[in-house]
Amino acid sequence: MTSIAQRPPLLTMSHIEKTFGGDVVALRDMNLTVNEGDFLSLLGPSGCGKSTVLRLISDLMHPTRGKIEWAGGQGSDDLGVVFQEPTLMPWATVAQNVYLPFRLKGMTYDRVQDDIQEALRLVGLAQFQDAYPRELSGGMKMRVSIARAMVTKPRLILMDEPFAALDEITRFKLNNDLLELKAAIDCTVIFVTHSVFESVFLSDRIVVMAARPGRVIHELEVNTPYPRHEDFRTSAEYAAHTRAASEALGEAIGEAA
Amino acid sequence: MTIADQAPVAPVVDEEEAARARKDRIHRVAKWTLPSLVMVLSVLAWHLYVTLNEVPHYILPGPLVVAQSIFDDWGLLWPAMLTTTRLTVLALIFAIIGGVALAVAFTQSKWAEMSFFPYAVILQVTPVIAIAPLLQIYMDSAFGAALACAWIVAFFPILSNTTIGLKSADHNLEDLFTIYGASRWQRLRYLAAPSALPFFLGGLKIAGGLALIGAVVAEFVIGRAGTGLGLASTLLEASYRFNFGRLYAALILISGMGVVIFAITSLISHLALRKWHESAMMRER
Repeated sequence: MTSIAQRPPLLTMSHIEKTFGGDVVALRDMNLTVNEGDFLSLLGPSGCGKSTVLRLISDLMHPTRGKIEWAGGQGSDDLGVVFQEPTLMPWATVAQNVYLPFRLKGMTYDRVQDDIQEALRLVGLAQFQDAYPRELSGGMKMRVSIARAMVTKPRLILMDEPFAALDEITRFKLNNDLLELKAAIDCTVIFVTHSVFESVFLSDRIVVMAARPGRVIHELEVNTPYPRHEDFRTSAEYAAHTRAASEALGEAIGEAA
Repeated sequence: MTIADQAPVAPVVDEEEAARARKDRIHRVAKWTLPSLVMVLSVLAWHLYVTLNEVPHYILPGPLVVAQSIFDDWGLLWPAMLTTTRLTVLALIFAIIGGVALAVAFTQSKWAEMSFFPYAVILQVTPVIAIAPLLQIYMDSAFGAALACAWIVAFFPILSNTTIGLKSADHNLEDLFTIYGASRWQRLRYLAAPSALPFFLGGLKIAGGLALIGAVVAEFVIGRAGTGLGLASTLLEASYRFNFGRLYAALILISGMGVVIFAITSLISHLALRKWHESAMMRER
């Protein structure tokens, strides 16, 4: 993996401001460059505009001021998204749910069947392709959601606190698997979280945001090379990064208060 | 480890589960036997009341007289029932077509909803019995007029439920469809329509019953002008002639139709939703 400084930029947010209802400033003068291959975590307290950043990048919302530029002008049509809830269609089977991005692009099931099988195999749900979401556990539903986000092999995947509602054992397992998946499909990930531990374990860049108004106050690099395994969680390196991230987050919370 | 050592090898069914299984078995049987018993007892009580008190049959005919009427008047009742069935089913089909089409139009265009929804409500809240005589004047065919009445009554629950259903899709899924650049049609077909299905089916169950009620009301009002229509007209005519055996026979057949309609719409709903919707699911304990 190339070091962060050498990676080509994928998208640049410059002087972004987003205001709601005239007086609520969700983001002020937000500057961020996301590089190709980054696993970038947005870490911050509630209300710091982390989710707003994702909505801006996915073009669901437009900035009040400032602009978002994509390298090569590719735009936001090459995206995968994972929400806090699995957000599956309850009336469709697991395979049909994963098929959705292709279906909306007008591709027949037969043509992309192999991609769907592959995605389900990568998230460990090959046996469950004909199951309905209600038959799955919370962690399995989230895996389906991840499979759906990555099945088109997008260049950028946005994840909005995807594991926040899961128990810790499931979360750790999914953290490990997510790193393997990212390596397998070689994409860029922007991961919103308010867990210091999760951000250190997963990412190589941690962008710490403060609230009211939402803005970037720190950026940390976690230079431990991938692949990272379970033993990373107990290493001295991990502890050091966690301390640094906690301090930065503490500062973010302190500034808001 | 003594407890584990003593544990039997056979599948463990504890006291609670055995009791539950017993209760389930009893419930399954009672579900059918109890209502049947109530019916038999009621009919018996009815029979005894009529015979012991020597109630004249033009006040309350006994069950035997009614059964006799169903048998004797079958040649008259059967075609009448076919007419009422045709009226009800056609009204329901048109209600589904009209209700769903309008609901889709409303959700596709805010302007259409703003313009027409109030009138759909007015059509619904105006008692159909007050509109029926007018329809009879303006429409040549009595059947057509009755059909229009039954349609007016049946269509609103479908319209209202489907409209709510089409708007009830998960917001994150809406966003996902936007991100993937879904067209209007794809959004309707793959997101709004499946989300609306349980609501539509709920509306269908209500509309099925209402279509029959609408048909009966229409026959009462429109069939009066000597254009004998279906079962309800037959019932009304029988009451004028003090033929209470036939009146009860017609009433029982109308009730039977209502039950059949409810059973069919419930079955459709169950079949359509059993795989994924909570309402059609057996609860795990």
